[in-house]
Amino acid sequence: MTMSPAEIERDKASTRNAWALSTPALILLTFAACGPLFIMLVYSFLTKGQYGNVIGTFSLDGWRSILTSEDIFDPGVTVWADAHLSIFWRSVKLSVLTTILTLAIGFPTAWFIATRPPKSRPLWLFLITIPFWTNLLIRTVAIFEVIRNEGVINTLLIWASVISAPLQITYTDTAVFIGMVYVYLPLMVLPLFASIDRFDMRLIEAAHDLYASRMAVLRRVILPIVRPGVIAGSILVFVPSLGAVVTPRILGGGKNMMIGNFIELQFGQGRNWPLGAALSMTLLVIVTVALLFYVRVSSRENAHG
Amino acid sequence: MTNQNAVEARNVIKAFGQGTSAVRALDDVSVNIQRGEFFTLLGPSGCGKTTLLRLIAGFEMPSGGTILLEGTDITYLPPNQRPVNTVFQSYALFPHLSVAQNISFGLEMQGKPAAEVKARTDKMLALVQMEAMAGRKTSQLSGGQQQRVALARALAPQPKVLLLDEPLSALDYKLRKEMQIELKRLQHETGITFVFVTHDQEEALTMSDRVGVMSAGKLQQVGTPREIYTRPVNRFVASFIGETNFLPASVVPGGVKLGCGAVIAVEGLSGQGATTLTIRPEQVRLVDAAEAEAIPATVTNLVYFGTDTHCYLALPDGAEVVARLQSPSNGEVGLQQGQKVALRFVPGAAQVLAD
Amino acid sequence: MAERSFSASHLPGFTVVALAVFTMLYVPIFILVANSFAVTYSASLWDGLTLDWYAKAWENEAVQSATLRSLVIALSASIIATFCATMAALGTTRRRAFKGQTLIYVMINQPLMVPEIVTAVALLIFFASIKVATGYQGLGYLIAAHSAFCIPFAYLPIRARLEGMDLSLETAAADLYASPWMTFRRVTLPILAPGIIAGAMLAFVISLDDVVITEFVKSGGQDTLPTYMMGQLRRAMTPEVNAISSVLLVLTVLLLTAFFFLTRKND
Repeated sequence: MTMSPAEIERDKASTRNAWALSTPALILLTFAACGPLFIMLVYSFLTKGQYGNVIGTFSLDGWRSILTSEDIFDPGVTVWADAHLSIFWRSVKLSVLTTILTLAIGFPTAWFIATRPPKSRPLWLFLITIPFWTNLLIRTVAIFEVIRNEGVINTLLIWASVISAPLQITYTDTAVFIGMVYVYLPLMVLPLFASIDRFDMRLIEAAHDLYASRMAVLRRVILPIVRPGVIAGSILVFVPSLGAVVTPRILGGGKNMMIGNFIELQFGQGRNWPLGAALSMTLLVIVTVALLFYVRVSSRENAHG
Repeated sequence: MTNQNAVEARNVIKAFGQGTSAVRALDDVSVNIQRGEFFTLLGPSGCGKTTLLRLIAGFEMPSGGTILLEGTDITYLPPNQRPVNTVFQSYALFPHLSVAQNISFGLEMQGKPAAEVKARTDKMLALVQMEAMAGRKTSQLSGGQQQRVALARALAPQPKVLLLDEPLSALDYKLRKEMQIELKRLQHETGITFVFVTHDQEEALTMSDRVGVMSAGKLQQVGTPREIYTRPVNRFVASFIGETNFLPASVVPGGVKLGCGAVIAVEGLSGQGATTLTIRPEQVRLVDAAEAEAIPATVTNLVYFGTDTHCYLALPDGAEVVARLQSPSNGEVGLQQGQKVALRFVPGAAQVLAD
Repeated sequence: MAERSFSASHLPGFTVVALAVFTMLYVPIFILVANSFAVTYSASLWDGLTLDWYAKAWENEAVQSATLRSLVIALSASIIATFCATMAALGTTRRRAFKGQTLIYVMINQPLMVPEIVTAVALLIFFASIKVATGYQGLGYLIAAHSAFCIPFAYLPIRARLEGMDLSLETAAADLYASPWMTFRRVTLPILAPGIIAGAMLAFVISLDDVVITEFVKSGGQDTLPTYMMGQLRRAMTPEVNAISSVLLVLTVLLLTAFFFLTRKND
């Protein structure tokens, strides 16, 4: 049995309707979000202009110079671009560390919120939400205020005679690390909370009843069940960490660049748009792979559960 | 031309999905619902009764067939152009409107003058005894009150047919009983045709003028409650409505022969071979073993139900028969497990079923 | 703490970590606000309180124009984004799956997934050529970019509200003789309103916060408040920046509190 013509017509009209209603959003997004990404892909295969921008001739230099550069003493010889590699290494290292630390302290926090009485739970959740929505720049400035040489930490340590001269924390990798943990922590806590909130606490009692210790309960019951939240939180922290610009710029100063700052540089003093475009595409690919991994894992978990 | 049929469905088919995975929610259903009657569609969940209701309301389109309202084809008419209103299972009261605003919504949409809307709304409020609550938000009402508002809202535009989709299922037992009486009263006062959907056979039997029993997308039987109960046309109807015993039997001249050898007289039998005999538990009597046509049996279990006691009996061939006995004032029916007794069926009560 | 009974959900140490995390989240914010009242910036133990930095920021013409520009952009972007998001949410929710649905979802949520710097660079490249071709240098580019990345933020609460809405309400309206347009105006829209307002507020906050995309899209002299602050930070940290930050912070908290109550009351 197939549908009657009237039913088919109604179905088609409904689909047309969906597209028509989505059109304004799709046009705007094509114009000012998705579409330009394709133009950027094209730019990554062009030749760099002397004062920025590009010349319309095909070139693989943009992509090639991601990892290699010309030897300054011996033009024509290609060598590994050590400076670039160290930037990539720092970006990956700091993003992974940030993800691990936010998970380590975010999980107990999310657990704490989820186990509050129903009356006070929204308030605790709200307290996590405020930093989440607060300007990233402001939060970076706030953490800068704490760790700068004349900041609270150094002042307290000097006052307590633990140190005699201020510790130089700002403009180091450590500062960037602390800053990223600070600004991205809510991104970890919220999805963790969402999955812990759905967790049936009676399962813990059931596990204890079956002779499981607290550690065994955490490892064998809680973590496997809230895994989707752990993965979601990790992706949500890892992706913006890898593309971070503001936090490393303020806390890392000019030297401790991450990929985001490096891309930025190509469109500023670097004047190498094809390299900048190629770097952006690379970052986009890494992020897409991470997201696809997440989609696959979470849909598999859903299929199981 | 006058037409006695309020609603007529002709060969209605409704399929969900496409190709081989398509499911027929309604499979060639034809039914006539007469003007002014209380008609109930009864069946288990998923039998297609709500789908048929939604087709009459216009919320869905049939895959085939025709639906007529007082003789006019309305098969593809959108719901807002049909003089038919619905009381939803969830009531679907507008949360942003007051009780009175809910009731006047349909009248306003019909473009009735303000004075008429006001007068009619007040009348409906009085009809369902909700005058005191007119200004309340619907979320502040109890389940029973929401039910009344939903009824008033659907009745306000004076529809030709009122459709009720399991409207009582969310209410507790006592309230449900009250609302059943209330619904009958409203139907009587307004004279509007009611099409009522339920899975509760008791509700169907007590409220309806006629009942249509549905199963697996097909209309199995249409008739008065009495006809449906006493003369079910097939095994499904017999088992879905009330409790009954099924006994394998074979056709012999003048009746059927049970497995234990007893012959039961059944009139108007045709055909031959194996068949099924059905008998309601209240039509099974315990009798003296010496009585004519008495069948020996053994008591296997007794279950006390308050007014009744169900007595489980095993026939000599092992077939099981349940007899419903009225409990005496002291609650003791005077039987014991394992006791040898004899039973007989009330003459004319047993019938043979087509499967 | 008074209870001594066994609580299965209690995991040792978790409460301590959680409370430490909350402290850690809020102490820097309070210090930031406190510093904005400090007389001298270099000494961190405060030698007096003053509102001078606020006055200074208030009188600063660059701050004034940046504030105005931020508000104009945020207001325009949130209105445009909310309009587009409301339409898209109405189109994509509460219907049978259709071809291209995933594409629409991916497009709408794309700004949430693509790193800001990547979008920023792509927009720089694209808009640079439009600027050359048309000669138009106005705020339109910033408004378009902000509207686009605000769409998913406006879309999510509206969609959530729609999905939580009883489908039979609209069916009931149609049953009661309301045309599709009347059903939308008299039933869908009033019920959807809190979601739309919430979405618009989130879009406003998100637009007001943006640094990276704005920096790449803006033409000369089009500083918003965040990019102005960023420029100041390049030189040195000043209490003036703290003062602006504190004001923005209070604004955000106020909007979020309103959002919090708006979405809660209507459950």
